[in-house]
Amino acid sequence: MVLPVNSPSPGTDPLVPVTRKSVNDVVIRLAGNSQDGIQTIGGFLARLAGRSDQDVMTYMTIPSTISGGPSIFQVRMGNGDILSSGDQADLLVAFYQHSYDDHINSLRPGGVLIYDTEYVTPNPDDRRFRSVGIPITGATVEAVGGSSKDKGKNLFVLGLITRIFNLDVAKVSGLIAERFGGKSEDIVRNAMLAFDAGYGTPADNLRDVLYSFEAATVSASGRPQVTTDGNLALTYGLITAGVRHGAGYPITPWSSVMETMRTELSKYGGIFVQTEDELAAIGYALGFAYSGHLAVTGSSGPGMSLKMEALGWAVMAEMPLIVINVQRGGPSTGMPTNVEQSDLMQAIYGSHGDAPRVVLAPKDVEDCFYIALEAGRIAREYSTPVIILTDQALATRIEAFDEPDLPKLMVDPKPDLSPRGMDFKPYPLDRLTRHAPPGAPIATGKYPNVSGLEHDELGHPTGNPALHMKMTARRRDKLKALAATLKTPEVYGDQSGDVLVVGWGSTWGPVREAVKQLRAQGTKVGQIHLRHLHPLEPGLDTLFARYRKVLVIEMNDEGLYGFGQLATLLRARYALPSIGSITKTDGLTFRIAEIVNGVNKSLGRNGSAAANATR
Amino acid sequence: MSTTSTAAAPPAPVQPGPLTRKTLTADHPTWCPGCGDFAVLASYYKVLEKLQYPQPNIVTLAGIGCSSRFPYFVNTHGVHFIHGRSLPFAAGVSLGRDDLHVFVFGGDGDGFSIGGNHLVHTGRKNVRMTYVIMDNFVYGLTKKQTSPTSPVGFKSKTDPTGAMDQPINPMRTLINTGASFVARSHATQVNHMVEMMERAARHDGFSVVEILSECVEFNEGAFDAAIPRKGGQFRVIEERKNDGSPEDALRHDPSDEIAAFRLASQPWPGVFGVFFETNRPTKNQLEAGLVAKARERTKGASDLELLQSSFKRLR
Repeated sequence: MVLPVNSPSPGTDPLVPVTRKSVNDVVIRLAGNSQDGIQTIGGFLARLAGRSDQDVMTYMTIPSTISGGPSIFQVRMGNGDILSSGDQADLLVAFYQHSYDDHINSLRPGGVLIYDTEYVTPNPDDRRFRSVGIPITGATVEAVGGSSKDKGKNLFVLGLITRIFNLDVAKVSGLIAERFGGKSEDIVRNAMLAFDAGYGTPADNLRDVLYSFEAATVSASGRPQVTTDGNLALTYGLITAGVRHGAGYPITPWSSVMETMRTELSKYGGIFVQTEDELAAIGYALGFAYSGHLAVTGSSGPGMSLKMEALGWAVMAEMPLIVINVQRGGPSTGMPTNVEQSDLMQAIYGSHGDAPRVVLAPKDVEDCFYIALEAGRIAREYSTPVIILTDQALATRIEAFDEPDLPKLMVDPKPDLSPRGMDFKPYPLDRLTRHAPPGAPIATGKYPNVSGLEHDELGHPTGNPALHMKMTARRRDKLKALAATLKTPEVYGDQSGDVLVVGWGSTWGPVREAVKQLRAQGTKVGQIHLRHLHPLEPGLDTLFARYRKVLVIEMNDEGLYGFGQLATLLRARYALPSIGSITKTDGLTFRIAEIVNGVNKSLGRNGSAAANATR
Repeated sequence: MSTTSTAAAPPAPVQPGPLTRKTLTADHPTWCPGCGDFAVLASYYKVLEKLQYPQPNIVTLAGIGCSSRFPYFVNTHGVHFIHGRSLPFAAGVSLGRDDLHVFVFGGDGDGFSIGGNHLVHTGRKNVRMTYVIMDNFVYGLTKKQTSPTSPVGFKSKTDPTGAMDQPINPMRTLINTGASFVARSHATQVNHMVEMMERAARHDGFSVVEILSECVEFNEGAFDAAIPRKGGQFRVIEERKNDGSPEDALRHDPSDEIAAFRLASQPWPGVFGVFFETNRPTKNQLEAGLVAKARERTKGASDLELLQSSFKRLR
């Protein structure tokens, strides 16, 4: 984070054009209440960054209460790879006293504080920041006028930020027009009045806090950038993968996937059903799958628990299915609007009996799109349920990435109703199951039963002990066959040395930044990131052997025996004492310093001193 | 993407001949000798013989229970799902494919107890399918526990001194769900069963037939009160003929929900026949309408074009 700290230069004539300090990337934290519309302007900034070929990542907290309550939106935008939403803010906008009190310590010393003079009285003794008081509420009311009260102060702040960072006014106005254009002209006019008022804040107040971004480099793919959150990227990924059918029940933070599916799929001739409960949701989805479609259901942890019996059936009956778990803080209702990665064991081992299934996890918002394609491919090819473990942080944060090559990626959703030959068996011992949906003629004239009872090759129930062992092995071996086709993950950073850091899911970005910092300090660190969690990618043991320590970073509890969930699995799988664990359960994404400190601590170095050394 | 069998190319499809009892018969039923379910199975064969749907397009589904073994005994595409959840599964099949004929079989525990919520919502949604509940007033597969339809005082392993909870009234419950066809029959009355199941199959919507099917092992004689040769009375609902005759006014109008509730509240063993029948849009139709509207708006855009325009909005 590289805002140059200049001392104020008193006596500068405000009419003389100010010089702007150049920045590479910047972290802006907007702190207010949930009804202030700060998500809206945060979203504008993210979209603007995407349209300017800049990289961007956002982070927000929303209260789990029905209306109101403190809320923040943080945008990090700039050039180069933005891998995390930033440990500390460069600019804090505090709408209220509680916003100031709660977030002033997340502002980097030397950073800029903008506060609403009507609601906030900053601590006069705190000289760590450059503070600019602006009558945000009053100026908005004055600009918009009349009955709208203080509605629109988010747009006032957007104008202010546009001014401070020398953003492209035409592009920002365009975004405002797009967003509000569908409503009345009055709304667009008022929005622009508020924006202009913020943009027109007297330069006198701002001259020490004016910046401009270094020029962005244009994306290499030649395709334009798109800006979206993880749940939407995932939803479009599913559609690209050929999903036209699904069912779900509302639960935070999964609901936005089903909401989009409900409106989108009908355009494609498909259907998404809101069911009476979670058990019905997976029931409908399996009915769709049985009828020949690639289908999806999803939920968050508590709802996943309810789907587990049917998931066991899907393993036994060998039905292709995609199941999404947008993880949140648990157990029970837990922290429904916070993030955790504590459903890994549930995803791999939940349900009953020996029920092997595939588990994948996306690493960032872009990967939410591609992981859906991978899930669809595996579900069809191996006739198996595939769980995608995403999380609240990925679901809600916004990132920019290159638009996918859609013509190349689109999968045909048509069910395969071709006639099955004389040798058709629903559960052949010598090859993979290929489900024959109803409507498919069967040459033998014997129609198959798809069954949750242990069955023979033809689907007839059997209690034969030897056959149960064979069929159990068959269901296990097909995942081993899948594992054999996967690639060993690539190591980023040092190819051998002190520590190999292992991550999964949304921790990818902060881990990558932490590894960069650690290497800059002289620690020999490599990073791998696991997208396939069950079965695991092959060759991990040879990678592990090249490092003194293997540290698994995850957002779950260290448990009774001192290791996080993936660390526990890797220790069981490879029986290596060098595998250790860095975990946390505060419901927030990893800060880079937390990972750096954790690694240093495990190497016997003083964690907090090391963290200070990173500045 | 192809998902065909890895085996050599299959021979030309066999054109199934007319459906007969022989072509429809699969595994030999595992039910106890004398079980009422045999007659239900025989009636299902008869109904399919009458309807002559293409064999590959018939789906026979079930949950868990004695009666839910049904799919193994019928030579159609079949599914043996989990306890209580056969209706959501069947709804997925029905909504997923318009060309299929979906039949669900299950018992009183499956339908009224563990799957009770799904009964309510499948009725409410009016998903096109036929659901046959083989009601024996007892849990048979698990060997005699109280069921949701066991009468008060029924002695079972879970109520050795007699059941104390009020039993469910299946007809009242079903009418209340919004199911658009509700009928009741008795496993000793094959012709009546066939008539009820055939009408249910021809009904466009969620059609349910409750069939009293005796468990000779754990609830012997439970339905004798409706068996004439055992001294009971099998009273059939006389439906309105709309012939203008004075006696017609006394006959039952199946579209009259209040009258249906009144019939359903008659004392044991009650009456048999169609209690309620109405034409209301199925979820299948409503969802198809949604698709048609969306397609009209998107003016025949291909899937790829639709997706590309969605991504354009994210730029």
